[in-house]
Amino acid sequence: MTKTEKITPDVVAEHGLSESEYQIILDRLEREPNLNELGIFSVMWSEHCSYKSSRRHLAKFLTSGEKVIQGPGENAGVIDIGDGDCIIFKMESHNHPSYIEPYQGAATGVGGIMRDVFTMGARPIALMNALRFGEPDHPKTRSLIDGVVAGIGGYGNCVGVPTVGGETNFHKGYNGNILVNAMCVGHARTDKVFYSAASGVGNPIFYVGSKTGRDGIHGATMASAEFDDDSEEKRPTVQVGDPFTEKLLIEACMELMATDAIIAIQDMGAAGLTSSSVEMADKGGVGIELNLDNVPQREENMTPYEMMLSESQERMLMVLVPGKEHLAYEVFEKWELDVAEIGKTTDTGRLVLKHKRKIVCDIPIAPLADDAPNYDRPYIASEKRDVINAADIAQPDDFNLVLKQLISCPDIASKRWIWEQYDRHVMANTMDSSQSGGDAAVVRIHGTKKAVAISTDVTPRYCFADPVEGGRQCVMETWRNLTCVGADPIAITDCLNFGNPERPEIMGQLVGCIEGMNEACHALNYPVVSGNVSLYNETNGTAIPPTPAVGGVGLIPDSQYLTAISGAKDGDTLLLIGNMTGWLGASLYLREIEGREDGAPPPVNFDEEIRNGNYVRKLIRLRRINAVHDCSDGGLALAVAELCLSSNTGAVITKPHDDIPLHAHLFGEDQGRYVLAVEPNSVNPIISTAEGLKVPVRKIGTIGGDNFTMKDVFKISMNSLRHSHENWLPEYMKGDAK
Amino acid sequence: MKTAVIVFPASNCDRDAAMALEKVTGRKAEMIWHRETEIPADIDFVVLPGGFSYGDYLRCGAIASRSPIVRDLIDKAEKGLPVAGFCNGFQILAETGLLPGALMRNKGLKFVCRNQKLTITNKNTRFTRRYKDVESVTFPIAHHDGNYFASDEVIRRLEKDGRVLFKYDGNPNGSKSDIAGICNEKGNVFGMMPHPERAIDAQHGGTDGLEFFKSIIESI
Repeated sequence: MTKTEKITPDVVAEHGLSESEYQIILDRLEREPNLNELGIFSVMWSEHCSYKSSRRHLAKFLTSGEKVIQGPGENAGVIDIGDGDCIIFKMESHNHPSYIEPYQGAATGVGGIMRDVFTMGARPIALMNALRFGEPDHPKTRSLIDGVVAGIGGYGNCVGVPTVGGETNFHKGYNGNILVNAMCVGHARTDKVFYSAASGVGNPIFYVGSKTGRDGIHGATMASAEFDDDSEEKRPTVQVGDPFTEKLLIEACMELMATDAIIAIQDMGAAGLTSSSVEMADKGGVGIELNLDNVPQREENMTPYEMMLSESQERMLMVLVPGKEHLAYEVFEKWELDVAEIGKTTDTGRLVLKHKRKIVCDIPIAPLADDAPNYDRPYIASEKRDVINAADIAQPDDFNLVLKQLISCPDIASKRWIWEQYDRHVMANTMDSSQSGGDAAVVRIHGTKKAVAISTDVTPRYCFADPVEGGRQCVMETWRNLTCVGADPIAITDCLNFGNPERPEIMGQLVGCIEGMNEACHALNYPVVSGNVSLYNETNGTAIPPTPAVGGVGLIPDSQYLTAISGAKDGDTLLLIGNMTGWLGASLYLREIEGREDGAPPPVNFDEEIRNGNYVRKLIRLRRINAVHDCSDGGLALAVAELCLSSNTGAVITKPHDDIPLHAHLFGEDQGRYVLAVEPNSVNPIISTAEGLKVPVRKIGTIGGDNFTMKDVFKISMNSLRHSHENWLPEYMKGDAK
Repeated sequence: MKTAVIVFPASNCDRDAAMALEKVTGRKAEMIWHRETEIPADIDFVVLPGGFSYGDYLRCGAIASRSPIVRDLIDKAEKGLPVAGFCNGFQILAETGLLPGALMRNKGLKFVCRNQKLTITNKNTRFTRRYKDVESVTFPIAHHDGNYFASDEVIRRLEKDGRVLFKYDGNPNGSKSDIAGICNEKGNVFGMMPHPERAIDAQHGGTDGLEFFKSIIESI
């Protein structure tokens, strides 16, 4: 052993390991670890890699289904879309690094999630992102947006994968911890999916991609801790990305995958060489022996500790079929990437590392992965909030002003300033993207008539108000958004962003959200196939709002039956599908207009949702709908306004005659609702069929004109609404708006 | 009719360009790797695709303009081989000197991706002649360095000789005289920042780009 540093309690603490966790290491090894071994245990047992606080709860998720080829546990989830095609996808957080170093943090988040997908044999075909920033007038917000957006664009644009959609929210709860969640969707042939389980004994282990440097050491440990005022000092733990190398790596891997040389492949993400080698060995039940002298190194005199914990980007580890090594050399040398044989599989079940002819690590693999701590952390369920009676909320004096305020509020205002920095068209298969303002992005499967629909959603104010209800809602909303473009929802990935799980109320939020999400997964037959958990999103003891971001994926079997938000024509009748109670609790209206964030969130009724959604999807397939948009933030009024903006027209809305207060009628956020624009002669058949299916439907107005109108309530020009909607973000980024 | 697309490390619109060529010619385009030294003699039309060749390190297109295959391309283009470069391909053509001027960072300093309306300013060229009844087209743009610059003298000559083929209707990047696409003196080498190859399909980006490809293919 080369390392003789004394492992003191301070050294253990610096590695983010508790005393009891260290004791487990001592028990398993029956000796003191050396520093290399301690470092390896530290990253493998970090929250980020081991899911030690969430594992027992994640295990409850519905993860299987007839279309699931691979659920959680691999680099990404795999679903069957027929004809021998499959979709491989995952969403992942890069929150901590993006706060410290926004450009590189976000860029490497995109790079990492793409690697998770092409590691499995899929060509990435679409990127999405879900971003949460602090309140606009927080001094850091503007520069964080600028850096994160540039980083996402800088990476995705160069690699040549379209960034087709996402969501961006602002709330003071994210002032000290922004969220950068990136999702990648790839396409592969079902018989060409690659997995990470190593197998065999004596098979060569190959390292390919970039050289290993000293960047990102302990990134996973950093991502598993709270922030304080000195977090800036953690900048060196943030990795630096090179999208050029990533692009070469994709092409080279695709080329090698077309041969029969690869037994197993795994990208080097969090915890780099350590987690990739341990995971491959653990899944395959084999041992691994690496000679670190052969690892391509960017800097001189790197220690084994540094090499094993480096999070240098754009690297992959592969187990090859013996005798096929020359194929790897040929392909990777063609693409001018590093390629080196650095070890072999063994039958010892141990991770053995050699460096300069000495053994510098020799530990059993099982405790690193399977026997990692699995905590049952105490939790308290969030207190239920009272249901707000809409009649108790004062009516506004000027509905025009309210509509303008809502359509230009940071969460709703156009994000054109952001998505114009993303190449949304490269690969020439994007059929719908952020540019339409629609509910889901749609990307055609190259060379087929099929298309995938993708949507990312979560409403953190609902999750904060009631984690279980918010959990149900976020899964439900992706399902609804996929339905809006005519897709059959198939499965989800998730990114569970929460505060410190050692605090029972935070743990309660996590457990509650998972419970609600899982109920929705079961009700909708909509399993979770991949995901990640990001905890400790806290600064100086203040946690973020619970934010379980969900990425839903669905299939449009024939892309000519695509309906979008932008297809409304003058003279179309506007229909509302779904029930109306006028739910103002935890609504956008309440927050933006009344400055209140209280009240129970709107409940989700799965039976109604399924009936309504299936009917809308059927109408889309029958080509009975010109445009559709779901009612979410800001309720009916905002849904109609957004649909008109996207379709470049106006609307006349009928004044309602029911006993729901007008503001609740217009801005209430009852779930399970869709606004449809249909030809007048389709109205009666749609209504009569709906009655038979127990789907509530009502006429609410007509499309056309240059104004957004309701007698005695609204009279506002679409130009003026568009101006309000489009201008907030660019003005803000110039520094002209708050 | 044989067409080819040059593939550099980190070209990323090479497949899109090949699909457009195949759609118009009915034949697969040949993909030529950057380390090749010769463009086969039977190739009738070459596309330099968009992307980030060699990571766009140094300057956009600078390294690609010195690659082995581009040396041969310059030779053949000077002898009359039709060549078109889109986005990064335009940057490469400017770096080789086959086309005058340079592409600088966008005036707004940001990457910009949008559907861009373009005015066709000369329909009497090999690349635009099928647009006879059309005044403007919409092509996607997606670039960070598309701000066309040349000396006033060069711009005057380009305009006077009818070598400006497309101009931006609403300048997205600060290009001088709103220039979006130009050709060389002989009229066989063309470059533009917008992407006609992403506008060949009603389901994606519209079909305004089809006539561009048909024009050049028909002229051969």
